Amino acid sequence: MGEEVKLFRTWSSSFALRIVWALKIKGIEYETVFEDLSNKSPLLLQYNPVHKKVPILVHNGKPIAESFVILEYIDETWKQAPLLLEDPYERAKARFWAKFGDDKVLTSVWNVFIKQGKEQEEALVAATENLKFLEEEMKGKKFFGGERIGYVDLALGFLANLISIFEEIIGLKIVDEEKFPSLYSWMQDFAEAPIIRDNWPPRDKMIVKFQALLDATIASSSSSSK
Amino acid sequence: MAGSEVKVLGTWASPFALRVHIALGIKSVKYEWVEENLEAKSQLLLESNPINKQVPVLIHHHKPICESLAILQYIDEAWPSAPSILPSDPYHRAVARFWAAYIDHKWFTWLKGVASAEGAEAKKAALDQVREGLVVVEEAFGKCSKGKDFFSGDRIGYLDIVLGCFLGWLYVAEKRNDVKLLDEEKMPGLAAWAIKFCLEGAVKDVMPDKDELLDYANMVFQAMAKAKAKLNAPPNN
Repeated sequence: MGEEVKLFRTWSSSFALRIVWALKIKGIEYETVFEDLSNKSPLLLQYNPVHKKVPILVHNGKPIAESFVILEYIDETWKQAPLLLEDPYERAKARFWAKFGDDKVLTSVWNVFIKQGKEQEEALVAATENLKFLEEEMKGKKFFGGERIGYVDLALGFLANLISIFEEIIGLKIVDEEKFPSLYSWMQDFAEAPIIRDNWPPRDKMIVKFQALLDATIASSSSSSK
Repeated sequence: MAGSEVKVLGTWASPFALRVHIALGIKSVKYEWVEENLEAKSQLLLESNPINKQVPVLIHHHKPICESLAILQYIDEAWPSAPSILPSDPYHRAVARFWAAYIDHKWFTWLKGVASAEGAEAKKAALDQVREGLVVVEEAFGKCSKGKDFFSGDRIGYLDIVLGCFLGWLYVAEKRNDVKLLDEEKMPGLAAWAIKFCLEGAVKDVMPDKDELLDYANMVFQAMAKAKAKLNAPPNN
């Protein structure tokens, strides 16, 4: 019986990219369904009624939502090119770092990008603190997973490209090569890995999108401030 | 001594630490509990969880594991003999993990929001949101339990632990706000589940007494209110 694997995503979602990368690393054939979040399809609403978001993986008609949940499902269903190591302690560490990435790193980096003035300064301090922890964890390793890209690399991978896009738009350095040598070289290695490089949304489109987001945020905050 | 191989750093009131208590109980693992004082965190806690400096931390063979959901999965994997905490089928595991994420990221945030809501209108809105979240979880309970007692079937498992650890604090919110949140009419499945969960062997001996929790919560909120009033008081008072 054939496997039917569908991925509901948008062209730019960093969370959906994790799934694209995982499927490609494992060599899993799948069909992409692009969603327009301003006009969500009935299928999206049916498959993820709780959050109404992408990514959603549908495997033989069964939907799975939430990117980390999907990653673990993929790893447990298709055993080739494992994303998580076998050892329970290593798996626990990986889950910890993935959560840290989303809860702390992504939030603080996003705040550096989207906030202005004093709030941006404070966000940069927080981001630097968080990035220092990643730098420590990265030391002596090519990827978080070791020699091969693994779960944590996929979880944090959005940093590899998004940070340079943010830096270009706001004209501020977030990951300084001198301050974060291991993290910086990981970002290069990860972004240049063939599967990652070939499956990253077009940079110019991303810059336009995030510039527009930033402009809209500034406009709405200045119109609401007295 | 087998017991000293496994240490848990936690606090008696922490629902997240309670998850670890219950999971180790399910696996019949002997462990040493270290009650932390969050106002004066131990060196061991600060070294074991330098990033978040939070409880719970599980220390096994001197290696620390942090984040309660990661700890639950670690316990299931490090002590793989039955009974298992997560289901064996990947799709059911995904469903359990999905709802755990919903409970932690959405529902618990709303529960915390009740305490921080100011004014009657905001409080009511916050309480309504908690109730609505429980209605969503009620539906999930129906699908996961398939008519059995627990999310995991005949015995408690991952999702039972993830939600069940909050029952004490849910009771606190009900009493402090004089409302019913876990409503037998709106959520009959969850209401029945809650009673059975609290009677489970691995739960009843470690779950904090809910009235003790209420007293503790009242004390904490009172102290917070006093501190806030002091902050807002005019100078030279």
